[in-house]
Amino acid sequence: MTHVAIADQPEEEEHHPTSFIAKYIWSQDHKVIAIQYTIVAMFVGLVALVLSGFMRLQLGFPDTFSFINPNTYLQFMTMHGMIMVIYLLTALLLGGFGNYLIPLMVGTRDMVFPYLNMLSFWMYFLSVLVLLASFFVPGGPTGAGWTLYPPQAILQGTPGADWGIVFMIASLAIFIIAFTMGGLNYVTTILQARTHGMTLMRMPLTLWGIFTASLMGLLAFPALLVSAIMLGLDLLAGTSFFMPALVSLGEQLDHTGGSPLLFQHLFWFFGHPEVYIVALPAFGMVSDVLSTHARKNIFGYRMMVWAIVIIAGLSFIVWAHHMYVSGMNLNFGFFFATTTLIIAVPTALKVYNWVLTLWRGNIHLNTPMLFAIGFIFTFTHGGLSGLFLGNVIVDVPLADTYFVVAHFHMVMGVSTVMVLFAAIYHWYPLVTGRMLHEGMGKIHFWLTFLGTYAVFLPMHYLGFLGVPRRYFSMGDTAFMPESAQTLNASISVFAIIVMVIQVIFLVNLVWSLKNGPRAPRNPWGATSLEWQTPVMPPAHGNWGHALPRVHRWAYDYSVPGAAEDFIPQNVPQEGSGRPDDGGQEEVKA
Amino acid sequence: MKIVFVLVLLVVATVAFHLFSPWWFTPIASNWTAIDTTIHISFWITGIVFIAVNLFMALAIYRYRYKKGQKAQYEPENKKLEAWLTGITAVGVAGLLAPGLFVWADFVDMPEDAPVVEVLGQQWHWLYRFPGEDGELGRTAPRFMSPENPFGLDPDDPAGQDDILVFSNILHLPVNQEHKVLLRSEDVLHNFSVPQFRAKMDLVPGMVTNMWLEPTRTGSFEVVCLQLCGMAHHAMRGRVVVQEEEDFEQWLDAQPTFAETRTTEFRGDPEAGREHYSTCAACHGQEGQGNKAQNAPGLASLDRHYLKRQLSYYKEGIRGAHEDDTLGQQMAAMMATLPDEQAIRDVSAYITTLPDQPAPETIEGNASRGERLYNNCKDCHGKQGEGVYTTRAPRLAGQHDWYLKEQIENFQEGIRGSHSGDMYGMQMMMMSKTLQSEQAIDDLIAFINSLE
Repeated sequence: MTHVAIADQPEEEEHHPTSFIAKYIWSQDHKVIAIQYTIVAMFVGLVALVLSGFMRLQLGFPDTFSFINPNTYLQFMTMHGMIMVIYLLTALLLGGFGNYLIPLMVGTRDMVFPYLNMLSFWMYFLSVLVLLASFFVPGGPTGAGWTLYPPQAILQGTPGADWGIVFMIASLAIFIIAFTMGGLNYVTTILQARTHGMTLMRMPLTLWGIFTASLMGLLAFPALLVSAIMLGLDLLAGTSFFMPALVSLGEQLDHTGGSPLLFQHLFWFFGHPEVYIVALPAFGMVSDVLSTHARKNIFGYRMMVWAIVIIAGLSFIVWAHHMYVSGMNLNFGFFFATTTLIIAVPTALKVYNWVLTLWRGNIHLNTPMLFAIGFIFTFTHGGLSGLFLGNVIVDVPLADTYFVVAHFHMVMGVSTVMVLFAAIYHWYPLVTGRMLHEGMGKIHFWLTFLGTYAVFLPMHYLGFLGVPRRYFSMGDTAFMPESAQTLNASISVFAIIVMVIQVIFLVNLVWSLKNGPRAPRNPWGATSLEWQTPVMPPAHGNWGHALPRVHRWAYDYSVPGAAEDFIPQNVPQEGSGRPDDGGQEEVKA
Repeated sequence: MKIVFVLVLLVVATVAFHLFSPWWFTPIASNWTAIDTTIHISFWITGIVFIAVNLFMALAIYRYRYKKGQKAQYEPENKKLEAWLTGITAVGVAGLLAPGLFVWADFVDMPEDAPVVEVLGQQWHWLYRFPGEDGELGRTAPRFMSPENPFGLDPDDPAGQDDILVFSNILHLPVNQEHKVLLRSEDVLHNFSVPQFRAKMDLVPGMVTNMWLEPTRTGSFEVVCLQLCGMAHHAMRGRVVVQEEEDFEQWLDAQPTFAETRTTEFRGDPEAGREHYSTCAACHGQEGQGNKAQNAPGLASLDRHYLKRQLSYYKEGIRGAHEDDTLGQQMAAMMATLPDEQAIRDVSAYITTLPDQPAPETIEGNASRGERLYNNCKDCHGKQGEGVYTTRAPRLAGQHDWYLKEQIENFQEGIRGSHSGDMYGMQMMMMSKTLQSEQAIDDLIAFINSLE
């Protein structure tokens, strides 16, 4: 049988699920799966947020709370990091936003493998259950740090070395299976199921971000999977992949010949791309939010696409910048510092282009736009501090201090979360048919933006002082003045304020579901396809009887001569539009 | 509009915070001033970009905020502008990278002839080794490690016999002398870092890592472990004392060689110790069983290394010197009966020959709650409270419970452990703070009483 593109396949009779279970539990509808992913990721993210609150209580007000001790501190820290990076950010950006937006934005009815998509969510759900179960096993969850470095991750002396680490490894393995099923779907759907006229170079940047990140995930997660399996074997089967001969707390162990550095290389071969697996979808989504609310085309679209692709490629050859002082051959530093700083060029260009998108726009300062601006500010800050750590010799005094913590929270925590909030405020009307409450949204923005900056800006300076990360308490140390403790207390106060005010956001999400003003169709006047469905929120099958046809790129805002300040992608060409967008002219049927 | 004002304010506030922050690099104490220079270069370049990007963004928002009837410009791309921006960014990045790599080349280039010092990290303290007269460090392996050979030196390697061993968290180095620092671990990852030296490096079991530096001013500098190494990572501290060459030599001469540590003299002669012990027996009992009426703890259960260390601390005024430590002061006064280091070794050796008998229980508490609290103690003191030689933590099981309680309280109040020479005591000061009520101490001790 010859290949027929999905967009050309004849309509089959649509099977709409009818029972509650088929609709909302074992659903194969990408939109329902997206919401399932989002709810679970946000729930587990809240758990991680509370854990970071515990850490801040100890750091700000040492030895005041008896449930926080050296063991539980490390456990809170480890689970906070792992949950935030993997189970919240990766899952929410790709499983949540990726699932919701891909089929709508490319103009198809669903993912190409809907059943696999459903399995992906349930595997993810299982991985979260296993992860959370580790709080209840003897000895509690692992406290090895989210990097799980052996030997200590699997040795006595580290909390959770008996059970917690096993649950962590199992949970990661299950997550990776879930991600693989999802990731294959995202990539295949974008490659195979784009509707008529939707060339790659007409896709919204959101799709480019999600597409590239999914591809990267498919290449990077296997490295984590094998390292997790090998770590598990070292622990349970007595192999020595990562375990040299050693004496653990006075006891001679049988391991011999393994290399702890091998684990670090494998881990960061996954771990560094992971940073961009989270960042690239965020880059894409923020581009679309900025463009829509500035009523202006994204500046330098092609450069933005290529920057995403180049960043993705380079991010696979920079991993050892996490290991400058790990004891690996010092000469590697030359190579990895060079590749790392080269990444700064395409990344900086993206920042310029975002700002240039605002220039000569017509900027609506609503909540999504405010969060997007907050993103540019915090991402610029976090990106620039990354240039310190990437530059090998500058990293030496700063490695493993609070400078690192401040840097990656600014760039991966705050700025990514800024995009997530922008995206939720932006797409909530599409998903629910209601607008979020603008007043609550603005309060949420101001307190979150200013609060997180008050947390993480000063934290860099603790790092210059040399304050070590992952310390349960600082003790009396001559090089840390009293004022450093005062600063830590102030950071904790701001952090706790930021955490508490997230309640406003949650209330807004729930309250607006029933009480928010009904969203008009395409409330922001956006051009991309997800806003052009026959009904909003989109129904099962998304497009009614006929798939949309795409005639232009996703950024025809404020086209000269056009009646309105936006022309949706499915509106036929009328002399305007980007002159060289590479799309084939439609043959009128 | 608020956002424009806030963005400008944040840029100003960030620059002001940077300029006036009291939290900044510690004054440098090594040759690595070039590292600080590269950081200053980084600040200039990134600072300019930070200010420029954000002020431009504020300007854009100010000028192009929504106005009815205003239409945005339609400009998909501007190749010239994009090329310029790429070029300028590339120059900026090169400006960061080039000096950085230049200094890194220096960091990588180990001075061939510099004297060697080895740092050995162990959960959760530091030990040090110098190569001795032959200038060569002896072979080591985990399998050689034992309470008598905590460095794990190969006893048959002639090169190791004259190695000078430092059984302490405190390392001395001569000022203005380049050093090759070899780093070794026999358990987990650690990181040897002195903030004032700027240089740092991980310790990796199964291999020897290295770095080099030259201390450039005298003084005492804290060592912190910077690679997560388990429960007590935060308490893994040490100190580097940088001093003039002759002071350093004097200190080094007082440290034993590996060969010396294997002599019976070093291990102590129980027979010679018996005589010294007669004074101790008055309070601690003939069999070292301890005596509550005299506030004297049991000794027989303790190992030789711990006894020796504590007696030396008393002798050197490290323990029993705190003004509120009246009992410790008594003990320090009694140290006059042990004239020298050898006497301390001998009496310690003698005490370990005494029969071990558990002390009577006097404190009641909730042992199952105590077991949970003991979770923070077990890694150093052992699951059964038996003491662990690699952590240098003494045996707890069998000790008088009132003494344990008194010591925990002393640690909490800094009566014990606050002397700068007592770095193991410092760890206990940190760890004891997890016990936040008297009830918690009693519960913990009730559990320790249940250990064999």
